[in-house]
Amino acid sequence: MTALCRAPEYTVSGDADAFPIRVRGLRNEFGDYVVHDDLDLDVRRGEILGVVGGSGTGKSVLMRSIIGLQTPVAGSIEVLGQSITGARDDADIAIRCRWGVLFQGGALFSTLTVAENVEVPLREFYPDIDLRLLAEIAHFKVRLTGLAGEAAVKYPAELSGGMRKRAGLARALALDPELLFLDEPTAGLDPIGAAAFDQLIRGLQQTLGLTVFLITHDLDTLHEICDRVAVLADKRVIAVGTIPELLALDHPWIQSYFKGPRGRAAASVRHLD
Amino acid sequence: MSDVPDFTLIPAEGGDTLVLTGAMVVSRVGPLDMRLRAIATPLAQIDLAGVTTIDTVGAWLCCRLSRDTGAAIINADDVAQRLIKALQGVDDGVTDEPVRPLPTWLRVPSEVGDAVVGMGHGTIGVLGFIGQIVMASGSMIRHPGRIRARALVHQMELVGVNALGIIGLMSFLVGIVIAQQGAVELRQFGAEVYTVNLVGRLTLRELGILMTAIMVAGRSGSAFAAEIGTMKLTEEVDAMRTIGVSPMEALVLPRVFATVLMMPLLGVYAALMGIIGGAFLAQLTLGIPFISFIARIRTVVPVYDVWVGLIKGPVFGLIVALAGCYQGMQVESNAEEVGKRTTAAVVMAIFTVIVLDAFFAVFFSEVNWG
Repeated sequence: MTALCRAPEYTVSGDADAFPIRVRGLRNEFGDYVVHDDLDLDVRRGEILGVVGGSGTGKSVLMRSIIGLQTPVAGSIEVLGQSITGARDDADIAIRCRWGVLFQGGALFSTLTVAENVEVPLREFYPDIDLRLLAEIAHFKVRLTGLAGEAAVKYPAELSGGMRKRAGLARALALDPELLFLDEPTAGLDPIGAAAFDQLIRGLQQTLGLTVFLITHDLDTLHEICDRVAVLADKRVIAVGTIPELLALDHPWIQSYFKGPRGRAAASVRHLD
Repeated sequence: MSDVPDFTLIPAEGGDTLVLTGAMVVSRVGPLDMRLRAIATPLAQIDLAGVTTIDTVGAWLCCRLSRDTGAAIINADDVAQRLIKALQGVDDGVTDEPVRPLPTWLRVPSEVGDAVVGMGHGTIGVLGFIGQIVMASGSMIRHPGRIRARALVHQMELVGVNALGIIGLMSFLVGIVIAQQGAVELRQFGAEVYTVNLVGRLTLRELGILMTAIMVAGRSGSAFAAEIGTMKLTEEVDAMRTIGVSPMEALVLPRVFATVLMMPLLGVYAALMGIIGGAFLAQLTLGIPFISFIARIRTVVPVYDVWVGLIKGPVFGLIVALAGCYQGMQVESNAEEVGKRTTAAVVMAIFTVIVLDAFFAVFFSEVNWG
């Protein structure tokens, strides 16, 4: 079955321009527990790729591997043409300023205000930027993510969960990255907030020309904004494609995921639009 | 990416045209920004035809310039137009000035005032905390079934048993130092044999328990503050409350009781290790046999010296545990506070222990236990 599911782009010998993220033969294990085995994945430039899978299938571990927080046991990962798996610590800094990451809980620095959080990566990479310009950049980034300007001077503890996600997104976008990694951006948001966040991501992705790697459980997000969806199961990516393409496959997990009661509801909303 | 962003001004009737060139990206516009701010002549147009690449920061500079001078942006390519449009949509005209600290002559009194008020709140807070502990202990005595024996034993192991090695070694070495220094001084009077009195009385009355209290404050008091503080941050303490588990009973009391119980035991152990250290040195350098040293301790050290140590033990233990648990429970907002509170717990514990030790010294000599 997995042979059938392999999407055609695996045969394309693409370069870094077409595929900013290329994962080949990835293997991750924790002790005896194998999370990924021989996992392949390509992300196309300019797309929003949704990554789905049951709990414990290693979606977050995959993301952590790609951004170099988790060293895989085997396999190769290339991001923007640079090998992550082969990189030494200092060598891969060059591409660290070309991606932004939004962690699940926001992972804002709790002792800094929102504006200072946004300024951290800017100060780190571009120390020659004037303080006034730093403040202006932080301000408009915060406003770009839909927060009121007053939120910029608040501390993370003073923000609601949804605002914290937006603030985290502002920090992820601080360096004008080409790649954006989002780990369950709409988890824990109310439906209206989640829908607004989806539109925000879509809008920013189009405005800024981003490639987005998005882990989600939210079927509405998948239907609304994802160009393609990658399904993680059986320790690998069993299929990548648009939702109709995935539904054409006869895999029990995919069928029950998209055709369960929640999947049907999300899909019907989509068709009513 | 070698094209450094730059600009030229083309004078014209009714305002200059600013021609921007190069890569207007965040990595390169730092120096350009300051030069753009310095432009004093009125602008009519901002020409982006020479711009090779642009990102949001570059677009922001154009946006700001256009807003401040009223100049029109021309020859922008698709990307630039899109970015500038998005930024104009969110520009609310507000620019946050970088926060400037107060001048020193204002800051000093302000911080002194904050510290005084903080101390006042702290005193009231500690009193309230002691009250809570007394009430929780009272209800626990009335309902002995609620005593968390497992947590208590676990804490006793962490506070007491696991500290045996380091406290033993420390006391042994301190015993050696006292005997050595004492012997050097006493030799001048030919009274080296009084080294035994010195080591025995000093370790049992003062140093054993004091050094132990300092070590336990550093080892366990800090751990209490950090553990409870982190649990507060991750809302574990709130979760306990909602389940109906009192954090006082589950977190604070086992730690307080474990420390109160273990401190006198550790104190006596430390004193014994100190005496052994002294005896060891006496054997080596003074020629007093180990066994005679120990036997002589029994005749020269009055029994009330042991009692003094044993009475101080639980009090010091209570102070160390109280400081740790109180500071831990005060953590509210962020990770930095956990660190600050942990430091505060150790400083508060050691300081209070030493102050109280001085009071005890006066008190016991007044009751003729000197």
